[in-house]
Amino acid sequence: MAILETRALEKNFGGVFVARAINFEMQPGEIHCLIGPNGAGKSSFFRLILGQHQPSAGTIWFDGQEITPLKSFQRIRLGISVKFQVPGIFKALSVWQNLEIGLQYHMQGDSLSAEIRQVLDFIELTDQATERAGNLSHGQQQWLEIGMAMSVKPKLLLLDEPTAGMSPQETAKTGEMVRTLNAEGMSILAVEHDMTFVRQIAQQVTVLHFGEIFAQGTIDQIVADERVAKIYLGKTNEA
Amino acid sequence: MSDLASRSAAPSGADRAAGARRGWRPWRLLARLNGPQTLGRGPAFWGGFVIVCMLVGIYPLFSDGWTVGNTAYFFTWTFMAMGLCVIWGYAGALSFGQTAFFGLSGYAYGVLTLNIGSAYGFTFLALAIGVGMSALLALLLGYFLFYGRISGVFLGIVTLSVTLVFETFMAQTAGPEWTIGSARLNGFNGMTGMPPLTLPWFDGELVLWPDIPLYYLLMGMVIVCYLALRIFVNSRFGNVLVAIRENPDRAETLGYDIRRYQLGAFIVGSSLAGLSGVLYTAWGQYITPNSMGLYAAALPIVWVAVGGRSDLTATLIGTLAVLWVFQTLTIYGSQYALVVMGALLLVTVLFAPRGLVLGLVDLAGWASGRLRRNGPASGQEDA
Ligand SMILES: Nc1ncnc2c1ncn2[C@@H]1O[C@H](COP(=O)(O)OP(=O)(O)OP(=O)(O)O)[C@@H](O)[C@H]1O
Ligand SMILES: [Mg+2]
Repeated sequence: MAILETRALEKNFGGVFVARAINFEMQPGEIHCLIGPNGAGKSSFFRLILGQHQPSAGTIWFDGQEITPLKSFQRIRLGISVKFQVPGIFKALSVWQNLEIGLQYHMQGDSLSAEIRQVLDFIELTDQATERAGNLSHGQQQWLEIGMAMSVKPKLLLLDEPTAGMSPQETAKTGEMVRTLNAEGMSILAVEHDMTFVRQIAQQVTVLHFGEIFAQGTIDQIVADERVAKIYLGKTNEA
Repeated sequence: MSDLASRSAAPSGADRAAGARRGWRPWRLLARLNGPQTLGRGPAFWGGFVIVCMLVGIYPLFSDGWTVGNTAYFFTWTFMAMGLCVIWGYAGALSFGQTAFFGLSGYAYGVLTLNIGSAYGFTFLALAIGVGMSALLALLLGYFLFYGRISGVFLGIVTLSVTLVFETFMAQTAGPEWTIGSARLNGFNGMTGMPPLTLPWFDGELVLWPDIPLYYLLMGMVIVCYLALRIFVNSRFGNVLVAIRENPDRAETLGYDIRRYQLGAFIVGSSLAGLSGVLYTAWGQYITPNSMGLYAAALPIVWVAVGGRSDLTATLIGTLAVLWVFQTLTIYGSQYALVVMGALLLVTVLFAPRGLVLGLVDLAGWASGRLRRNGPASGQEDA
């Protein structure tokens, strides 16, 4: 059974389609990357999964259950977690508090503090625990949000451009994090522009273009696909 | 990160409840007094707190009953201010209509006590009923507001409309047909003659006129309310409130039904506005529709904004300070006082948007940070 599935999913804003007839399927334990040109509808697809957009047509299924009618927080509670494209951290609060707010739903007291320490260690922010989150470097903010998202141990982790603005070292480190999480059973769907990173993590790749699935396959198949190179890869390779 | 996959994503409600019971420790509650959402912690702060309480406590010994009773008047307003601080400062929802609850509870107290009297401590039951009515109204109104996803300026407009409708309605109840039992609502002139809070006392009664005993009762209530709210805003619930204030979408995508939390904060804050209404009415045996008008509705916002809405202590200090300044100025003419109040708000918004008290705290922190950096122990955290 697929961990995530969309059937004929469609969303249009006054005639402009950001998602069109998307039949997407992803298996449990998979790392799946979503690529495509700017404005292709990748973030909109996430918003549809999260319930921040209501689809114009079609259904969304998570872990064998239809979630289309559910509210955002209800979907999250089923085991979905997200790191947004624009950092979705609480900038005025401390790093510790950011993690606490995500985790306190699941545990409290000593186990909560112990878990926060573990996550801090994992995202390498132990020394910044009392720092205001807004004062972190851009890369650290991204990690903090990844930490918030993965700390609750979702079945499905959505990452929207997790390495945007990161140095190559930070990007590589993020790739390691993603693989560690996946090795322990988490399914991961990531939007990414950095093809080195995609190659490092992805088992399956889906290309979105004008809100439609343009191509799908392994990373090697996608890179070899000339149609994809024309609309997308060619451009980023030059950049 | 070990055994990542071993815990299912969302434990069932029963699991969580069991966890909550196991984890409950009284000292955890006390530790929340020092939590991340409130300024001030440690021996220095709490030492200062005790000293201030003692000073406020011995003040009546150096004054006369009449003056002390007038000082107690300031206390009656602080509950509405702290309540607005929770709703606006912590939960990020600006309600412009807290006076609706103030008036509702105040009138409720009047109607109940004018009909039933003050024997057997009934005034305190009337207080509880009055506050309960505000809680109920807040539940109804808040349900439509927050579950209807009304936020920002629209929330302010709707809540302001509610209080103005209340004011308009009460103002036209001058006729003799507007009575509830033996209580006449009395239109624009307002209700008078309700008994003050009255305690059964040995073989008689202690009637709490604006005098020293009432001062101590209100002082105790302010302290209890302040400490209880500190625990509240530093609790798990409070954590979610500030998360909603900072970034509602993120809070929801962490699995929180943010509407429930906003509603909870609204009920707590509005009940406190109701408490202020009852105490004000009992203090002066008097309440009028004016107390729900535009001017009255704006005042709590000024107090909270000037003090510093995102902190309870700043709000409490700011409210008492502004009330005192206002009272002092009113002696020289109330128009004059109004102008100063407006200027104060303007200065705050322009120069210390976090509030004057918080602005001073920031300034002190910045100055001491500079001192420390320029001192011998410098060299860290400068990047
Ligand atoms: N609320 C909205 N109303 C109208 N159009 C929208 C709305 N949200 C997104 N769009 C449009 O939908 C398209 C897809 O946007 P989306 O953010 O999903 O792209 P993306 O693939 O994530 O791009 P990027 O790589 O730049 O992040 C864009 O053309 C955008 O302008
Ligand atoms: Mg995007």
